[in-house]
Order: sequence, then structure tokens, then C-alpha cells
Amino acid sequence: MDPILLAVQALNGLQLGVLLFLVAAGLTLVFGIMDFINLAHGVQYMLGAYFAATLTGWTGSFLLGAALALPAAAAAGLLLERLVLRHFYDRDHLDQVLATFGVIYFVNEGVRLLWGPAPLSFQVPAAIDFSVELFGGATYPAYRLAIIAAGLVVAAGLFLLVRGTRFGMLVRAGADNPRMLQSLGVDIRRLFMLVVALGAMLAGFAGLMAGPLLSVQPGMGDGVLILAFVVIVTGGLGSIEGALLGALLVGLVDTLGRSFLTDLLRLVLAPATANEVGPALASMLIYVVMAVVLVVRPTGLIPAKRAS
Amino acid sequence: MAGKPARVGGTDTMRGFGLAGVTAASLLACSPLAADELRIGFMSTFTGPGAILGEQMRDGFLLGVEHAGGRLGGVETRIVMSDDQLKPDVARQEVDKLIEREKVHILAGVVFSNVLMAIYKPAVESDAILISANAGPSPVAGRQCSENFFSTSWQNDQTHGAVGKYASSAGYGNVLLLAPNYQAGKDALTGFKRHYGGEVAEEIYTQLGAVDYSAEIARIQAAKPDAVFAFMPGGMGINLVKQYAQAGLTDKIPLLSAFTVDDSTLPAIGEAGLGLASASQWAMDLDNAANKRFVEGFRDRYGYMPAYPASQGYDAAMLIDAAVKAAGDGFEDQDKLREALRHATFESVRGQWKLNQNHFPINDFYLVKASKLEDGTLAMTHGEVVFADYADDYAGECGMKW
Repeated sequence: MDPILLAVQALNGLQLGVLLFLVAAGLTLVFGIMDFINLAHGVQYMLGAYFAATLTGWTGSFLLGAALALPAAAAAGLLLERLVLRHFYDRDHLDQVLATFGVIYFVNEGVRLLWGPAPLSFQVPAAIDFSVELFGGATYPAYRLAIIAAGLVVAAGLFLLVRGTRFGMLVRAGADNPRMLQSLGVDIRRLFMLVVALGAMLAGFAGLMAGPLLSVQPGMGDGVLILAFVVIVTGGLGSIEGALLGALLVGLVDTLGRSFLTDLLRLVLAPATANEVGPALASMLIYVVMAVVLVVRPTGLIPAKRAS
Repeated sequence: MAGKPARVGGTDTMRGFGLAGVTAASLLACSPLAADELRIGFMSTFTGPGAILGEQMRDGFLLGVEHAGGRLGGVETRIVMSDDQLKPDVARQEVDKLIEREKVHILAGVVFSNVLMAIYKPAVESDAILISANAGPSPVAGRQCSENFFSTSWQNDQTHGAVGKYASSAGYGNVLLLAPNYQAGKDALTGFKRHYGGEVAEEIYTQLGAVDYSAEIARIQAAKPDAVFAFMPGGMGINLVKQYAQAGLTDKIPLLSAFTVDDSTLPAIGEAGLGLASASQWAMDLDNAANKRFVEGFRDRYGYMPAYPASQGYDAAMLIDAAVKAAGDGFEDQDKLREALRHATFESVRGQWKLNQNHFPINDFYLVKASKLEDGTLAMTHGEVVFADYADDYAGECGMKW
């Protein structure tokens, strides 16, 4: 196996993992604290990309567009919370799934009506639109390195927020035992609102960072949502550490599987069979890993210590 | 997402009106079926990511109707728009409705092959004629060809085959192939290889709908082929091309593609796509009067650049116009309409119109490249003829004689 290719693929896996973490963090917090399944979290990712693409177009500056898109994404999260989510906190999971599934349809079509079905043009900012030469002559896009850096900074900030502030203490307490928190006089509805807004902003941030790599189009959040669920189930529901570990694991397994699985299978199978099986198996690999993790540790790798 | 619940499919008559500007009188025929009117069911994809192509095709078709004076073949024309939602089961219900309730004479449109396969049998066994303005799966060109089916596009493999032939003639001796892991992806690579004479460096299949291609791009960098051929329709292609350019590969390893870089995806791809090559039977700069009228009229009315489905939708309207004119009073008779369609002559935007025995067109395929027009718009413009009078590779399996 080519060590340079392996290193580049590990970077790719890291970059995918960082993006997934940003989406999964909000999802796992909302689930951990409010016991709420929010399928509409994926649309926040899409909205982040749409807001950033539109605002970058208007302002002519990626940084300005991104800076404006973040509060817009948080506002969209708050609006969603007020209009839909808060009416379902006390309902059972099936109701929550149905309601937020409906929100996906609604927002996807709404985006299509507003922005049209054609994908938006959203380019990498010219200042970092170049490739960096890495070890051994391999090149790597600077923008992807920027995503890794920005994602890690945000992840560190999130850990500081959750570990080192009063808000974070309440969030952790809410994840462990929401009823006790409420009986201690904490306004848990307000906490919920803040967590939803924070989650929406993180997902929006992932969307705006990924936007220039991707086709910004209606429904772009749907696939990410599924991956984010795999991440939080693998990592352990409700825990930020679990989400980070799960995201990196999913990112690396998926990327390395897509790059090397077919070649590895060729060592044990006939080439034609390996060509058939490899790509199919590579696309299922993260689900296989999730299943194995769940068999060994049914609550995920690092679950939140939840009082039942 | 696991199977999305199917919405009750709406036969959407409204859509055509505002956008098309077809005279309302010609469309707003009263509900009881009027005699002497031509009824067309236009099935396309108006929801989801596939809607870009679906709306292109509709706009092209309606422009054709408008250019024919709102009356195809000079008779009252009623068009019922129908959204297949890119779901074969929905398409099937919609087609039943169009045939049984609307009693359409012609079913036209259909962007995607899986939708066409789902409606093919009920459509060609009915009293209507089916005209595909885009999808061209191999069975309907070959063994399952039908006298009641016509195409104004191509058989799917042709575009891939033309790119394969171009790759050979351009001297790329070692090409890496990339496609999503599903039937159309495999067919695409088969089509490419049929007319490509060089070595295949590697075949990479990706997950359908994948958004990140960093792993595949790293593999391409490591494999160092002479060129890459990709079939990545819609959003997948936008993702791939942008990421390919960001990795700095566009100038190093030429990226050839089919249904990937086209006039519908170029606005989103942006300048990253400039210079990328593909093949097509049509380009916006083909030098013929019909095409000039089409492209100028289209950009005027809709404000965006037509892509290949729009050109094929336009040709479908022109074909129907010519055939109904020729059939005269007999257009309501399926046999007479079929004969008229077979022998119809009209100015096609592709520059020539000739049908093969299996009712698929025979025409030239050009090399097309993403370029910047004088007004700064990005568009696919044509170069050399890659394949002259290209008849599809399955016509021999169709036993139809006429």
C-alpha cells in the first residue's frame, strides 16, 4: 500500500470526520438533553450552505457572507423550535420523527421554490483556492486543510463551552438528568431553545464550510443527516466526546474503505468478484462498523451518563 | 433517507401556463373531451434534484409549442403536465390517469430511464404514442422496441460511446473510469469501452448520490492515468468537478465526462469547469437557423441557458407539429399518427432529422467543451464531429420494419 496515498486518504477522512462532527454535535445535544429526535437537523446544514452562498454573492466576500450566515442559521433554528419542535417535546419519539420528517419535505421544497431547483454557484474563496504540496510530492487543496483547522477550532471551542462554562454545566446536567435540573429551578425550555440554536448554528457552519466543495442544492442535508445519526449512535447518544470519536471513526472508515477495500479484497478474491463486492461493501462499511460497535457496546463508545 | 412516502401525484395543468405563455385559449379547453383537439400528456420530473433537467425539458417543449403558434400541427392543443417525482410507481399511476382519464393522443417527456421503463409497457400498449425527449434505455432501442415509441434524444450508450471514441482519437491510451455504483453507471462504462480502444487504468464505482470525492481523487492522483472518464449526473458531477479542480488536477489529468458537465450544471460548477470535454448531439452554438431561433427564444423567455433536455423537448414539439400537420384530420387515429411521425420532416435544432428503424434518431455527435461566451456566460460549445451519423448500438436487436 502506498504510504503517501494512505496519508492523503487519512487527511480526507479527518476532514469528513470534522464536518460530520459539526452536524452530529447539535443532534446529539438535542437528543441527549431533551430526549428529542430531530430529523430536521439536516435541513439546518442545507440552510447554512444556502445562506452562505447567497450572502457571499451579495457581499462579494466569503468571510462576510459566512459571518452573516451563522446568525441566520441560528435564527432559522430558533424559528423551527418555536413553530414546530417545542410542540413535540412531550410527545413520544414516533410523533417527533413524523413531525420533523415533515419539516424536511417542507423546507426542501421551500428552498426549491425560493432559490429554484438549479444548484447554486458557491466557489472556494480565491485567497485559498490553491493546492499545498505535502510530503512526497502529493498535493492537497488548501481549502480542505482550512476546513480541518476551522472544524478543530470550533470543536475545541465547543468543548470549552460544555466543560468550562455555566451554560455548559447546565447542558451536561440536562443530558444526565433533565428532571432533576428542572426541579432545581432551571428554566429548561430556555435551555432547550439555546441548545437548538447552537446546534443549528453548528450544522449551518458545517454546511457553509462544505458548500464550496459541493453542489448547493435542495435536499443536500438528507444524506448528511443519516451519517450524523450513524455518528451519534456509534459514539454514544448525548455525549459530545462520543460525537467527536464517532465522527472521526466514520470519516476515516468511510474514506479508507472507499480507497482501499477493493484492493484489499483482490488479495483474497478473484479480481472480477473483488470489483463487484468492493464498492458495495465500501458503501456499507460504516454501517457494519456501527453494528459491531453496538454489539460490543450497546450504548455506543462514550455514552452520556444518563439517569433513567 | 429510507423510502420517502409517495405524495398523491398531482396532474399539474397549471405549471405550463404562466411559464410558457402559450395562449391560454389553446390550453383551457373545457373538461369534457373536445373533439378535434390534440391532447398531449407531458410527463417530466418537477420535484427533487432531478427537477433541473425536468424543467429544462418542459421549457424547451413549451417554447416549441409557442413557436408553432400554440397549435401543434395547426389544431387545438391541450397539454396536461404531470410530475413523475422521479418515482416509477408515481409515474405509473400518472400515466394511467393520462391515458384513461385525459385520453391523450401523445405521451411525451420523461427524463429518467427508470421512469421510462416503468411506464413503457402500459404506454405503448395503449392508444397513445409515447415520445421520449430524454431517456433512452437499451431495451426500448433493442429487443423491446415498439412501433408506438419514438425518441427525440438518443440511446443512453451513445453519448458514452462518443466520448470513448474521442478518448481514443485524442490519444489517451490509459483512461481511468468513474461512475456511481448502479445500473446506469455500469451501462455508462460499458458504453464508453465499446468505442474506446485503449487501456482502462482502473474502474472506480462510487456510492450513488455521494457528495465527497476526495478518496476517489486521491486514487486518481496515485494511478496517474492519461485521462479520466466520469459519468456523474446532476449534483454528483458538480461535486466531483469542483473538487477535482480544487485538487489542482484539471490541467494535469483531463477529465472527460458524459451527462456531467453540461449547460444545466455549468452555472453551479463555475469556471472550475472551463475546458472540460464531453460529447453531445446538440450544442447551443450549432450553426443552423432552427437552433438559433431556439436558443435565442429560450434565453429570451426563460432567462437561462438551455441544456440538452431543453433542445430535445423542443424537437419533440417540432416533431409532433410536423406529424400532426402531415396526418391532417387523421391525427386522432393511432396508425395514421404513427406513419406521420415516422416520415415527419422538420428543421431539428441538431441540424438533421432522420429516424432509424427502431424510431431512434440517427445524427452526428460532436465534441463539446465548456467555454465562456462573449457575454461572459458559461456554455457548452461544439468542436469536431466525433461520430458521424451515429446509429445506436442496439438498433440491430429491434426487429421492426417500416
